[in-house]
Amino acid sequence: MIEQVFRDEWGRVLATLVGFLGDFDLAEEATQEAFALAVDRWARDGVPRNPGAWLTTTARNRAIDRIRRDRVLAAKLPLVAVPDSRPDAEEVAMGATSIPDERLELIFTCCHPALATEAQVALTLRALGGLSTEDIARAFLVSTETMKRRLSRAKNKIRTAGVPFRVPPDHVLPERLAAVLGVVYLIFNRGYSGRDDLAGEAIRLGRVLTGLMPDEPEAAGLLALMLCHDARRAARAPQGELVPLEEQDRALWDHAMIAEGRALVDRVLGRPARGPYAVQAAIAVLQTEEQIDWAEVVALYDELVVLTGSPVVELNRAAALALAGAPEYALGLIDRLDLDGYQYLHSTRGEILRRLGRPDEALGAYRRALELAGAEHERRYLQRRIAEVGPGC
Amino acid sequence: MKYALMIYVSPGGMEAFSEEEGAAISAEYLALRDDPRCVDGAELALPETASTVRVQDGESLITDGPFADTKEVLGGYYVIDAPDLDSAIEFAGRIPAARMGGAVEVWPVVVREA
Repeated sequence: MIEQVFRDEWGRVLATLVGFLGDFDLAEEATQEAFALAVDRWARDGVPRNPGAWLTTTARNRAIDRIRRDRVLAAKLPLVAVPDSRPDAEEVAMGATSIPDERLELIFTCCHPALATEAQVALTLRALGGLSTEDIARAFLVSTETMKRRLSRAKNKIRTAGVPFRVPPDHVLPERLAAVLGVVYLIFNRGYSGRDDLAGEAIRLGRVLTGLMPDEPEAAGLLALMLCHDARRAARAPQGELVPLEEQDRALWDHAMIAEGRALVDRVLGRPARGPYAVQAAIAVLQTEEQIDWAEVVALYDELVVLTGSPVVELNRAAALALAGAPEYALGLIDRLDLDGYQYLHSTRGEILRRLGRPDEALGAYRRALELAGAEHERRYLQRRIAEVGPGC
Repeated sequence: MKYALMIYVSPGGMEAFSEEEGAAISAEYLALRDDPRCVDGAELALPETASTVRVQDGESLITDGPFADTKEVLGGYYVIDAPDLDSAIEFAGRIPAARMGGAVEVWPVVVREA
């Protein structure tokens, strides 16, 4: 119970403290102290009615005490007006005082483009997700020391270079929001390719963003996209071998997640300027239907090609075209793409050639894909296909 | 004549010195600022707090750290007073070199108490 409260409240309390103090390290320290106090107090007296208000008030009071004690610190934080009175945490937590939610400001600070991408990712997981430095280090396969340095370097830059703590003004908001969503999607993909907990973390962040920016179609689009992909997790490689979408056991899908994703897509798809995440989410939703309307999928990929100009998207569009009934044409498109080092170009070619009854060519394509494949479940799948189309069958 | 003196330091070069030696070197820097020939000067924060701005097709591309490419040459500098990094980046993006294949480094200036 307490742990759940902590996970939910960490980002909110930290955001308020960073906003109040203008200093990341101090804010983190005060927040940590408040959480440590809560462990003892709540175990004894029970969880207060408004745990967030209790934690925020306690953390603020700790910070105020510290600034009063420490003259050097007070000089460093000239912007903080230290109030004379300390509100009582127990009283605040009993009342209905609402503390403004500044997590959006915090997210935009953590994902500021002047920070290296890897620092943005780590900082977001630490500040908003409340993950420990050790956990983040483990997820990114680096030592705790390295991760600690990465985080402290980023916090130092935020302070020294004056990275602002605010939601960016309208004229830069679209690109800054794209950066934030990019960080969340990066965390998701990191989890999707192995670390379940990170995928869950990304979805949690996606929910926070969608809650804070309910009118932002791309935030909802990203959340829907992550939900629809994650819903199929159990069916992707149940026996340690990749199962392609069309062959997946749908009983293994999480239908509640798909329904949530579908509802989000329905909400945003009608908006005039839909972005790449909303369109990808719409594709993911279509692909969960009993009878997949491949022509409709192709139409959405047409839109996505225009939005992204990405050759990988063109490859996916070609794959959909093949399933929509134009495999020869799709092959022609694929052969014009400059993606020779890309595993999925070759596996897609293999699939189309196999279905066209051209096993010799399919074999070559699967073999080339296998040369490039790293993930074990994908290698096994390709080996099975090679055995299916290869000579001697 | 006016001259701009650009100071290049070897990374971590000050770490080899004791506190007293470091203070003596700082005093040398300050003494040079008091030289009548010195118009202005600034100490820059650590390179990892710097950012680089380039403008492509009207859009500012911001990267972490100073500018690593060596084919461009130093062409000048501004010292600006801005409320935050976003404002400094916006200023940097207006410098013509940023959109003409060059880049602008944005370094925080160290402010020391008098």
